[in-house]
Amino acid sequence: MDGQPDKTPDPRGYWRANLRLVSLLLVIWAIASFGLSIIFVEPLNETRLAGFPLGFWFAHQGSIYVFILLLVAYALLADRIARKYGVD
Amino acid sequence: MDIPGWTYLTVGLSFSLYIGIAIWTRAKSTKGFYVAGQGVPALANGMATGADWMSAASFISMAGLISFMGYTGTVYLMGWTGGYVLLALLLAPYLRKFGRFTVPDFVGARYESDAARIVAVVCAIFVSFTYVSGQMRGVGVVFSRFLEVPVNTGVIIGMALVFVYATLGGMRGITYTQVAQYVVLIIAYLIPAVAISWTMTGNPVPQLGFGDTIKDGQHAGLYLLEALDGIHRDLGLPEYTAAFVAGKKSMIDVGAITLALMVGTAGLPHVLIRFYTVKSARAARWSVMWALIFIGLLYTAAPAVAAFARVNMVDSLHGTAYSEAPPWFKTWETTELIAFEDKNADGVITYSGDQAVNELHVDRDIMVLANPEIARLPAWVVALVVAGALAAALSTAAGLLLVISSAVSHDLIKSIWARDLSDQKELRIARWAAGGAVVVAGVVGIYPPGFVAQVVAFAFGLAASSFFPVLVLGIFNRRVNKQGAIAGMVSGLLFTALYIVWFRFVDPSAGAEQWWFGISPEGIGSLGMMLNFAVMLTVSHLTPPPSEEVRTMVEELRLPRQTTPQGSKII
Repeated sequence: MDGQPDKTPDPRGYWRANLRLVSLLLVIWAIASFGLSIIFVEPLNETRLAGFPLGFWFAHQGSIYVFILLLVAYALLADRIARKYGVD
Repeated sequence: MDIPGWTYLTVGLSFSLYIGIAIWTRAKSTKGFYVAGQGVPALANGMATGADWMSAASFISMAGLISFMGYTGTVYLMGWTGGYVLLALLLAPYLRKFGRFTVPDFVGARYESDAARIVAVVCAIFVSFTYVSGQMRGVGVVFSRFLEVPVNTGVIIGMALVFVYATLGGMRGITYTQVAQYVVLIIAYLIPAVAISWTMTGNPVPQLGFGDTIKDGQHAGLYLLEALDGIHRDLGLPEYTAAFVAGKKSMIDVGAITLALMVGTAGLPHVLIRFYTVKSARAARWSVMWALIFIGLLYTAAPAVAAFARVNMVDSLHGTAYSEAPPWFKTWETTELIAFEDKNADGVITYSGDQAVNELHVDRDIMVLANPEIARLPAWVVALVVAGALAAALSTAAGLLLVISSAVSHDLIKSIWARDLSDQKELRIARWAAGGAVVVAGVVGIYPPGFVAQVVAFAFGLAASSFFPVLVLGIFNRRVNKQGAIAGMVSGLLFTALYIVWFRFVDPSAGAEQWWFGISPEGIGSLGMMLNFAVMLTVSHLTPPPSEEVRTMVEELRLPRQTTPQGSKII
């Protein structure tokens, strides 16, 4: 795909692939924030990560790291999809 | 040199830097004034967004708030960072592709309606004014404490500075001063955080340090958070790391507030407008990523600062004789942000969760500002924190003022009343509007209406329940139309506003039992948003679909590059 800059653009294919990517990342976003940091915080607090109760760590640290990783993944993967469907 | 000497030096140097940048980058056209010529590199825009977003509240108040809330402080930590995920995935690249100047521009064009545009303009102006008055007040308070000038003089100095670089430089000037301000504020935040983490735990990385063991003193060898939970138990307070125990917010309320702050962040016009300034949809995605990395640097350090400050504060004051209180206690007493009331007349400071016994009142804003003094860091660190707090407040104020000025000159005058306005005339009006907005913001800062703090929650609720659904559906659903958008915005707004007004002002004594589903006024924006989505979809399906041009426009803005005839590549 990299060697074909004049590949016929496929806007529909691009949009479907983009929606799949966005939905997947949103699911991870919801699990990290509302799941691990809020709904399951109390059971997770039974486990410790160094001096951190695990649920507390997700709420005060881990979720933010997950958010950053999600955006790094999105920036990279969205570029790749755009190239694949010839719309970059 | 003493603290005021160092403070004059750092504040003087940083202010000259900002003004120098503003003169060097001043805007010559409306495109330069509103969107910095759309040529800002993704990394620089990420930094500018960081400074734009992190306000006096993030810099001065947040760690203090978390310090008193413990686990529940996560509503701010996740709410004010998780919103950037929504921004990147659902809004920023598409709004950039749309490529005009303001958020109401998009609403007006997508929904083919001046009425929808006016609703959006009113929301943008209200949200921005709410926010900006707090910034100006913050500038005044910082000046009065550290440079010993009256609060109002501080507000006027801040106004004068923002006036120069916002009216002269427009978005171009603001962007590059914000880059400088980000650097100042992050250094100012991290140096004391690293120093305190090092002193208390021997670990120089604050994000790891607050999960480490305390080096010496009465809690030596204990994990810091364990010690903190113990301190809270002894004082009769809920444990710091405990989640939904008595005395803390319920699970549903924590969830609702977090969601409202996330969605509100993604719908704030001064944040959205930053992504109009980069050169492409692709650059917008990278730019949000950089923004969140730069914001995350402060937001992951804040909970560490909160925990350190909490231990330090209780250890150095609780059980100490008032006559032997540390020197910082006396200097901060004069600001009335900290107060001792000797209820049992034994001359010893008693701190307790029981209000009848508690003798110590500590304002949350003191935590970050007094932290370097509490930890006995050198005078230049204190001065740096002052410069950082001012950078945070001024950069946010400038971004907000630009939204207000473009809403007036571009969305009201140019797009509705005088469509044939020349570019140079519009630029002149934009400068006047920015100048006018600075003066109004300053006046509100000097005479703050008592409810300012109360309406900040309102700004997020409003952004969540009005802008966010209209923008997201406008991009991801081709069927939504003018009728749906107006009905959705109005119902979301009215519901959220009435709920907040009722429980804040009409019946403020009502507690969690009266709240709907146990959701507090801070979190109600999340229900308002869902209502907006539901109303918008229903009304749109009962009324005629939007025109063919709008459908084509939506198809077009979903693609990263131009594919229609006006672009370089044609299908």
